[in-house]
Amino acid sequence: MMKNIVEVRDLVVVRGAREVLPGISLGVAPGVTGLLGPSGCGKTTLMRCLVGAQQVRSGTVEVLGEPAGSAALRTRIGYVTQSASVYDDLTVAENLTFFSRVLGVDRRSVDEAISVVGLADHQRQVVGNLSGGQRSRVSLAVALLGTPDLLVLDEPTVGLDPVLRRDLWELFHRLADLGAAVLVSSHVMDEAERCHRLLLMREGRIIADGSPDEIRERTGAADIEQAFLRLVEGQEEVA
Amino acid sequence: MSTPMSTRITFAVAGRVLTQVRRDHRTLVMLLVVPCVLISLLWWMFEDLPGDLFDRFGPGLLAMFPFIVMFLVTSVTTLRERSSGTLERLLTMPMGKLDFLLGYALAFGLLAAVQSALAVAVSVGLLGLDVNGPVWLLGVVAVVDAVLGTALGLLVSAFATTEFQAVQFMPAFVLPQILLCGLFVPREAMPGVLELVSNVLPLSYAVDAMQELVGAADEGEVWRAVAVVACFAAAALVMGAATLRRRTP
Repeated sequence: MMKNIVEVRDLVVVRGAREVLPGISLGVAPGVTGLLGPSGCGKTTLMRCLVGAQQVRSGTVEVLGEPAGSAALRTRIGYVTQSASVYDDLTVAENLTFFSRVLGVDRRSVDEAISVVGLADHQRQVVGNLSGGQRSRVSLAVALLGTPDLLVLDEPTVGLDPVLRRDLWELFHRLADLGAAVLVSSHVMDEAERCHRLLLMREGRIIADGSPDEIRERTGAADIEQAFLRLVEGQEEVA
Repeated sequence: MSTPMSTRITFAVAGRVLTQVRRDHRTLVMLLVVPCVLISLLWWMFEDLPGDLFDRFGPGLLAMFPFIVMFLVTSVTTLRERSSGTLERLLTMPMGKLDFLLGYALAFGLLAAVQSALAVAVSVGLLGLDVNGPVWLLGVVAVVDAVLGTALGLLVSAFATTEFQAVQFMPAFVLPQILLCGLFVPREAMPGVLELVSNVLPLSYAVDAMQELVGAADEGEVWRAVAVVACFAAAALVMGAATLRRRTP
């Protein structure tokens, strides 16, 4: 078993009056890990905890052996939020150049990141004029700058056409082969098969943790969507 | 990487902000041309009246442009950074809060320098504004005013959740300062309470500095007023830094 890159223990997060994460524990190893669950189950909140952007009530979050959010981690984590967090009034290349200067990485990694997400032909275009899918790829390219050890990607494939989605999943696997941990959230269960490992999440809790094969076997389901339903029904019977 | 600020990142922010403004041609033209048009309008308005009214009101207007414009521009742009998620992203990177704030202050300070150079050139060169002190000192005052506007804009943007609200902070924060800065009624002629209020508003000192330069031209007095404005700006920047949170609820 490889050493975990992320360790979360008894994490409690309260937003407003709601306990979004009521005490969650999990680990993320190198490889591609899918964080699957319906909208509103706490995926984004959990991811914000890993990058140190979320106020936490109690519990611990460790990334690469350091407390999440510590200064040493800020060049080692790539984070993509659901909406594209880039400047609409700058070109693709200008966006990437700016973030590379903030991170202190060289010009070459800017060109690499742009071509890896397939935007080399659009690099002189202003981001505001790109399609939604292209904009989110600009945001992804920013996260790839400086080859981070942990990539936290919040629904990076929403709204992309099937060819692009396949290409991106291939990219995630290439990055994982190079030793990074890639945590990808999605509410689309059919993306599950593309992950080494799955974390199924519901109402702020992990209800299953394992490879897609393991989860299907354990539940006797034909696919992950069905497995998810069986797990939820099982929970409700117990309760 | 735990240093509170880095010049590399500060310059990166400033460069980016300037690129954004450069790309927006309409904003750029308005920033540079509108002050020149307004100061000309002021001169023309007083043209047929006796006395040196333009010399009395002109300097105050020169102090106000950079303050008002940079206040507005900054509060809207930083609000946009907060709502688009770029600020959150930057704060997960090795970006110090001061890097962010000083980057903005640097970019808008530079813009204000160009803006004021044009407005001063028009006032002194074309409209015959009599400046008894050194003209370059007018530029210094303008840049400090702009930094004050930027700092206050950054601060109030933390209290706005929409661009609509951010724009409303202009009448709330800026208009009272314009009314009480001593341009309409000399500060010592105001009711006592208002004079006290005026004494704690930064724009009053910005206008003082400009009027001193044009009138008596006691450079010591000018620098004293500039120092007061600079202190207000620094305080607003520090408070603004406190509103930038890496962790949000």
